[in-house]
Amino acid sequence: MFDFADLVEQIDKTNKTNLKVKALEKFFSTASDQDKVWAIALFSSKKPKRSVKTSDLRVYAAQMAKIPLWLFEESYHIVGDLAETIALVVPESKESIKPPTLTQLIKEIKDLKNLDELKQCEYLKNRWSHLNYYSKFVFNKLITGGFRIGVSQKLMTKSIANVTGIDQDTIAYQIMGDWNPEDTTYNQLILSPRKEDLIYKPYPFYLANSLDQDLEKLGSCLQWVYENKWDGIRAQLIKRNDEVMIWSRGEELISKQFPELLEMGSLLNNGTVIDGEILPFKNGKIGSFNDLQKRLGRKNVGKTTLENSPVILKAYDLLEFNADDIRNQKYVDRRISLENLIVTLKNEKLQLSKYYFFKNWKEVETAHCQARINKSEGLMIKNLNAIYKVGRKKGDWWKWKVDPLTIDAVLTYAMRGHGRRANLFTDYTFALWKTNDKGDRELVTFAKAYSGLTDKEFKEVDAFIKKNTLERFGPVRSVRAKLVFEIAFEGIASSSRHKSGVAVRFPRILRWRKDKTIKDANSINDLKSLIHE
Amino acid sequence: MKKPLLVFNQNGIYCPKAKIYMDAWRPVNKVIISHAHADHSKFGHQHYLTHPNSVPIVKHRLGNINIESKDWGEKFTINGVQFSLHPAGHIIGSSQVRVEYKGDVWVYSGDYKREDDGISTPFEPIKCNTFITECTFGLPAFNWKKQEIVINEINDYWKECKANNQTAVLFAYSLGKAQRLIVNLDSEIGKIYTHGAVENLNEVIRTYKNLPKTHRITRETKKEDLIGNLVIAPPSTHGSPWLKKMVPYVTSSSSGWMTFRGARRRRAIDRGFVLSDHVDWKDLIQTIEDTEAKNIVCTHGYKDIFSKYLNENGYNSFIENTPFQEEETIENNV
Repeated sequence: MFDFADLVEQIDKTNKTNLKVKALEKFFSTASDQDKVWAIALFSSKKPKRSVKTSDLRVYAAQMAKIPLWLFEESYHIVGDLAETIALVVPESKESIKPPTLTQLIKEIKDLKNLDELKQCEYLKNRWSHLNYYSKFVFNKLITGGFRIGVSQKLMTKSIANVTGIDQDTIAYQIMGDWNPEDTTYNQLILSPRKEDLIYKPYPFYLANSLDQDLEKLGSCLQWVYENKWDGIRAQLIKRNDEVMIWSRGEELISKQFPELLEMGSLLNNGTVIDGEILPFKNGKIGSFNDLQKRLGRKNVGKTTLENSPVILKAYDLLEFNADDIRNQKYVDRRISLENLIVTLKNEKLQLSKYYFFKNWKEVETAHCQARINKSEGLMIKNLNAIYKVGRKKGDWWKWKVDPLTIDAVLTYAMRGHGRRANLFTDYTFALWKTNDKGDRELVTFAKAYSGLTDKEFKEVDAFIKKNTLERFGPVRSVRAKLVFEIAFEGIASSSRHKSGVAVRFPRILRWRKDKTIKDANSINDLKSLIHE
Repeated sequence: MKKPLLVFNQNGIYCPKAKIYMDAWRPVNKVIISHAHADHSKFGHQHYLTHPNSVPIVKHRLGNINIESKDWGEKFTINGVQFSLHPAGHIIGSSQVRVEYKGDVWVYSGDYKREDDGISTPFEPIKCNTFITECTFGLPAFNWKKQEIVINEINDYWKECKANNQTAVLFAYSLGKAQRLIVNLDSEIGKIYTHGAVENLNEVIRTYKNLPKTHRITRETKKEDLIGNLVIAPPSTHGSPWLKKMVPYVTSSSSGWMTFRGARRRRAIDRGFVLSDHVDWKDLIQTIEDTEAKNIVCTHGYKDIFSKYLNENGYNSFIENTPFQEEETIENNV
């Protein structure tokens, strides 16, 4: 017997990729077909709907552990994972009964929705008291959602490819999109998918790598084309069988949020798939990412929002044309078809992302410097002859971002991290100086960041925080203002929702400025002066 | 209100009446050392007093110092204050310090655990009015399995490595955990090799205590000698060139912190075995009940949380800060 909990345990017990693949292969060759389908769903972030409130889970777990709720909460902040905390504090079962299958557990969890709280509690406590540690952990993960346990989708498709003999890229394509593990068989999904099922699937996105070498190393400047790198939502617009769909890179169906793009898409021929970027576009100008966010959060977009925050699709690639999968054509050839399509359609909602040729690397560097003026965040460098690959593959597509904006800020609050940073203070809040009405300088929060330091630096900051805590607010600690960090970010815009009056995009720590005291940190005014750049 | 028998000052835990410190962290005249770990037995004091099993280790680490020893249960009086050492079960020689004056009894636990580990003399609960306890693992998330079970897990891991022609590299703190493993692991499986830092301590301990045979890794040790065998090394060797000799290896660690999946992943080690020389949650509470103390002073670890819990449960508890490092930090600084 090698069930899903065994798989999770095996993966957890190694740091080596080949052993993880071996464990996955073992699972995909021995588990029941329905369990396999669920495992694929879980590893590609399709989670069952949550049927119990996590606040209830905490209460029941604390009861079983015979500890007060606050103590459970404290433990959770330190462990950094709810499913794991419950598995740790609930006493280990004495008797071992055969654990239920993955499919059965998921069904039970789904059915919980229809039970009253008392019955839910009874069910959970009963399951908890009869599962061993890993089964308990998996069970809790199924309830709380989010199965990030060190298995990438790539690792999973590789293992399935090894077991079935089907090409890995084909599998990656087959498991895309919005299929429901409850009514999908392993046969349909992997072994012999029906043509009509594939209609609703986007293609796996081809992702660029960050440029990590000198331009000259790319060979001749002439075998590459250059595009702006847009800061919007990467998406595929699909028209098949008289239906239009928009899929985001995160594999979410976002059609409803962009009705004007659906309308434009309905004018396309059946059998068309366009890869591009959804951008805010008002009065003939590209807007900031903040404008897009107003569209994203909504289930349905009203008339006012449509008028106030209009969008376009900046198209840069064509993956399917006249119902043919043309991903294996050369980039230049796909582009010719794309340009023809856009010219023929003549719709203001579909714009071409232009590409440029440069004669030498010097010109490329100049273009890179000017990216911000074009409202782009850098350059895309694409090989003329490259086919459209699956996932992040190095060599043919590079992204070269402009240098980020930076500012020196003071660490003021800290929270413990999650996952591999559990029990370490790694999530920080940063503040800048502002002169208040009385004329005094005070620190005002402007951003949170939790990446950019080395493990060693995190450890050092963690020790500082533990020694310099002023106050505790649940998991958050206010910290003596003493440390200064250089914070980098991609974009900046005025915002009435933020205390500082400014919203920054992708803030992260660039470096620890040990040479600076808090007096040397920047002010909110310094930050605002960057908006007009 | 009567003056407390023990106080925490800038130098350490102090008995004003007897003018003697416990585990002082700054140089003082007289000190009682609970155990030989570096953060509890500091350099620079004038007079050291500790258990005979700690003396050779403390001397090995600190050189030529003025040191005397007292057996467990042996009473000695300083200025009317009666002292005695009692086993703490943390590592070899580790002791609690019992302090009594005019019927008021305080016990300073040092670091301790309850399970008999086969090398440190097992912990004895001492009845007292005030108990100064560590709470390195003072959270309900920490519940240790029996040593026998964990040792079997490690034996199985070693066998698996052997079957795959790999070297099993096990990271463990050089003093305490390393010897606990050496004493308990199944030497029938293969040879136990040790890093110099571990073997130096083994040699000191062998002068008064039998340890199974171990082999020091030297320049002459060949890669082929190591395959199928177990290597015990301090955690600081992880990721260092020293490990190259062990290729192909599988890394593992044995510590209470291995309870957390995140802690294992952060260290990028293959296997984590939950084996600690500190008390877990249930033993911490059991110990406090056993001492029958009403006043509980919580020191290093999750002291705020544990102290709050005790106060809710009818104890008079408060926290004191010490510079004693948590296991994790020590391990990385070896």
